[in-house]
Amino acid sequence: MTQTDTTTAGSGGSGATGGSGRADGLLAPVPDEDGAPFFRYAARGELRVQSCADCGEPRFPPRPCCPHCQSFDSLWTKMSGRGRIWSYVLPHPPLLPGYAAQAPYNVILVELADAPRIRLVGNLVASADAALNSVPPERLRIGAPVKAAFHETDDGLTVVRWLLERP
Amino acid sequence: MKDATAIAGIGQTPFAKRLPESEKTLACRAILAALDDAGIAPSEVDAFASYTMEDTDEVEVAKAIGAGDVTFFSKVGYGGGGSCATVAHLAAAIATGQASVGVAWRSRKRGSGPRPWTNTRVQLPTPAQWTRPYGLLRPADEIGLLARRYMHEYGATRDHFFNVALACRNRANQNPAAIMYERPLTREMYMTARWISEPLCLFDNCLETDGALACVVVSAERARDCRHRPVYVHSAAQGLPAQVHGMVNYWNDDPLTGPSWTAARRLWKTADFGPQDIDVAQIYDAFTPLILLSLEGYGFCARGEGAAFTEGGALEIGGRLPLNTGGGGLSEAYVHGFNLITEGVRQLRGTSTAQVPGATTCLVTAGEGVPTSALLLRS
Ligand SMILES: [Zn+2]
Repeated sequence: MTQTDTTTAGSGGSGATGGSGRADGLLAPVPDEDGAPFFRYAARGELRVQSCADCGEPRFPPRPCCPHCQSFDSLWTKMSGRGRIWSYVLPHPPLLPGYAAQAPYNVILVELADAPRIRLVGNLVASADAALNSVPPERLRIGAPVKAAFHETDDGLTVVRWLLERP
Repeated sequence: MKDATAIAGIGQTPFAKRLPESEKTLACRAILAALDDAGIAPSEVDAFASYTMEDTDEVEVAKAIGAGDVTFFSKVGYGGGGSCATVAHLAAAIATGQASVGVAWRSRKRGSGPRPWTNTRVQLPTPAQWTRPYGLLRPADEIGLLARRYMHEYGATRDHFFNVALACRNRANQNPAAIMYERPLTREMYMTARWISEPLCLFDNCLETDGALACVVVSAERARDCRHRPVYVHSAAQGLPAQVHGMVNYWNDDPLTGPSWTAARRLWKTADFGPQDIDVAQIYDAFTPLILLSLEGYGFCARGEGAAFTEGGALEIGGRLPLNTGGGGLSEAYVHGFNLITEGVRQLRGTSTAQVPGATTCLVTAGEGVPTSALLLRS
């Protein structure tokens, strides 16, 4: 079974696979039908965003039709993986146990360089597989350039994480 | 619609961290108290409006209180965004002849009950698949992210958030029903409080509370025969902006102009007065930064000026816009904003514990960040 097949199996859109609990206690995304391709591409190390096959407008989160021209045809456009921190927050307990264990950690919102209105929620980490608190909070800065990294969670789904361009 | 209906009765239970009775019992107590306040028999009630995340439905309430045949009922989505819409729906139903006596309520046991987001493990459908796995677990985290950006863009500081927390606390200190009655807040307490989600600390967050509230809406004509001075529903609106995405509204052109902007445009359009004529405001305050966003959205100041607006005691009694005069969600009770409606009524009756002298107009708003609603009340 290829890596792509593995992630596809977890993205059937039912959300009822019970696979949302990971050994590290973090929540795994439960993709719906529209969002599943994002995770399939992530598993290949690609950051792709849904865009309209007719007018070309990118959209996020993924959905069935284009809000600009109402077309139901979409493409998944490859992004450079570069962006900037639009904002960030540092959650402290009380939190779910898996998150409390790493708190305070960061959650960042990244504005993509190729599509500025596409902003992805993620984590700034020291390396793709490092902990959510692996970058010291004082390194976080709005506007800081970041690049995408890909972390395979322990239930087989790949999530996009972020590294500082200038670590 | 304008002034065609009025709030004729209000009622509430005690507010506490823990109350022994069930949500259903509390709901019935608040509703019966509101009907008694109006001087209307429960058998005359023929309309109900509630909002989601309410565990007691209208069938149970109608049965328990002894309502008559009900000809209108509605339920508004998006949690705290629905508070004002309940009154708006009843007002519309009564103004169009679909019903004659409407009841809206909110009953919650969030002080002693579970928080919805402690159960995120099994709640990861769209849109949460894009946010929760990354640790954006609670509303405080979602709003904290917007607050950080707002601070960055407009130079807002924690002192501005404190101005909001303090105004609400000062009013709660005057309100014996408030959970934070006789519990003053100082700047030092605020600045040294534990973080919940930086940049938000403990005092930037609303109180988890047990309690219930209700109000009775009737035609303006009927209200004039009730026990108290009528409080007219002058204007009402809901707001679900283009491309909105709920509390994590990060994917439109401008995430810092939220649902309040949409509701406000309609609200003022159908009103005889404007923001400059508002004597007192009850603005949804689940988190302090929401007030700054709402001050801008509802037109009390320009975009980016919400923080500066709070300076110099503007939100205190005697200030430019006395705010949340019962203490609000931050310091009276967090019951999904329904206490803001009842406090608006008290101000216009002249019976608030922090009365704004001669108040005749009041803005009440519902949850900002989620699809929302708002009311202009006048006496
Ligand atoms: Zn299109």
